[in-house]
Amino acid sequence: MSRVLMRGNEAIAEAAIRAGLKCYFCYPITPQGELVEYMARELPKRGGVFLQAESEVAAINMVYGAAAAGVRTMTSSSSPGISLKQEGISYLAGSRLPCVIVNMMRGGPGLGNIAPAQGDYFQATKGGGHGDYRLIVLAPSTVPEAAQLVMLAFDLADKYRVPAMILGDGMLGQMMEPVELPPPVDPSSIPEKPWALTGAEGREPNVILSFDLSPQGLREMNRVLQDTYREIERSEVRWEEVETADAEIVLVAYGTMGRIAKTVVERAREEGIKAGLLRPITLWPFPYEPLRELAERVPTILTVELSAGQMWEDVRLAVEGRAKTPFYGELGGVVPTPREILSEVKKHVSS
Amino acid sequence: MSQVSVEIPPGYQKVFGRPRALSDAPYTYCPGCHHGIIGRLIAEAIDELGIQGRTVGIAPVGCSVFLYRFYRCDFIQAAHGRACAVATGLKRANPDLIVFSYQGDGDLAAIGTAETVHAAARGENFTVIFVNNQIYGMTGGEMAPTTLPGQRTVTTPQGRDVALTGYPLKISEMLAQLDAPAYITRQSVHDARHVQLARKAILKAFRNQLEGKGFSLVEVLATCPTNFRMPPVEAQKWVTEKAMQFFPLGDLKVRDE
Repeated sequence: MSRVLMRGNEAIAEAAIRAGLKCYFCYPITPQGELVEYMARELPKRGGVFLQAESEVAAINMVYGAAAAGVRTMTSSSSPGISLKQEGISYLAGSRLPCVIVNMMRGGPGLGNIAPAQGDYFQATKGGGHGDYRLIVLAPSTVPEAAQLVMLAFDLADKYRVPAMILGDGMLGQMMEPVELPPPVDPSSIPEKPWALTGAEGREPNVILSFDLSPQGLREMNRVLQDTYREIERSEVRWEEVETADAEIVLVAYGTMGRIAKTVVERAREEGIKAGLLRPITLWPFPYEPLRELAERVPTILTVELSAGQMWEDVRLAVEGRAKTPFYGELGGVVPTPREILSEVKKHVSS
Repeated sequence: MSQVSVEIPPGYQKVFGRPRALSDAPYTYCPGCHHGIIGRLIAEAIDELGIQGRTVGIAPVGCSVFLYRFYRCDFIQAAHGRACAVATGLKRANPDLIVFSYQGDGDLAAIGTAETVHAAARGENFTVIFVNNQIYGMTGGEMAPTTLPGQRTVTTPQGRDVALTGYPLKISEMLAQLDAPAYITRQSVHDARHVQLARKAILKAFRNQLEGKGFSLVEVLATCPTNFRMPPVEAQKWVTEKAMQFFPLGDLKVRDE
């Protein structure tokens, strides 16, 4: 293990290379420029392919081709660029091609700005492109966690043949922190991909499709996807709980907001407020069950997001009226301070 | 369908048969359509170069979306217009593969213009077969980027008015201006002589890839009798009397020659 000071964007890039990344395709956009630069500098030296595409649309379709060839492949962008990739993501999901997509979210809609935001939650967790599909969505809240989750994203994508997304934001990308980088993955430990397009020498041809003109056939393709998603929901829900055992109010926040909410919980405790935190690490599959269990005994579940309340909908689905579910959010790239959130917490506790 | 095997009697020699790279699946094209001829020429090139076991084809969106059924090699279907980006990913990930895309005019010269031009500009080492029939076939005969001035389609019912919709895109001429491409040519399959010329061009486009020469594109003028609303014989005349006037045949760029 090596301990180094890195930006979030760089740590993600380095972790991806250590995960066995072979092909990275990109189109420049702020605030994930350092990720692109790191890849341009490092990936070719370490036996991989770096290619700057003519558009995000082209980049995601290059990922589609490289994933079909059976290698570990990735693209990264930020909100407007991720919108452009949605067609390709739908095809990747439909064709069951594993890959990793990094979205360092910025303010939206439209061109928005380059400040940190969480307005792409719906897009990431509910589909984004057309059709009934899901991505595995991992939301790191610190730079070391980002490095870990990138490695995990490649493993989960390969295991389930489902594209995985790292959903960060501009703050995580720019922030520098000490990181203990995981050792490089042994290439022989990466599972075989007998479905990959490697040339049909000595076997029946492999064909990769996301279509079937017969409704019955397409229903079967969809059933395979849905069965896979149910399996992921059973096995891969990840979350962190902080001080929830005796909590009278639990905050729900992810990513950068999850980190800030942790500070809020500490300060609330210092003032005698029994606050806790549930921080989803997988946004899909969402930790519905742990939240439901908390809602059985905690009177107030406060959702805090850098959006108008996108994850809030999943929180309310989990709680189903068992507790009060207030919301506190900021928009446009404004990041609330722990003090502002704490005063919101105080509105909802009886003491 | 089952393979019919015929024993060749002593003293006889087999001089013509189904290419090995073609599967037994019957074509799904309309009568008189040129896709079938072009598809066979590709299979003949694969056979001649002995590359069936390392070839990956890319099927487009359109009438040839079922292309993967017709070949005995690995295949992927690409989103509309994105085949050159998908080919780039495949070939960069595994340079030992022989990668070809098969695209119509709407796919390659309208929605996929950017992917096509930039793959050509990078000199990506794969082969593109571009079928230009001047119309959208699968969706029902709409105007294509290559629809001729005055040509009637369902979205130009009075004939293509260049004042409203501009002129056809001569994408091969455009690509020939780039530095990187190895081979850009326009062919036709409207008669036996031209089928042979197209066969040679397609073979060359695949051989270029084997030799690492870079981007090769063979444009093939084709008919769509169904959407031209013409009998096949009349559609053949359309190629020589109309299409070839606007899209002259011949090599537009041959590097190293």
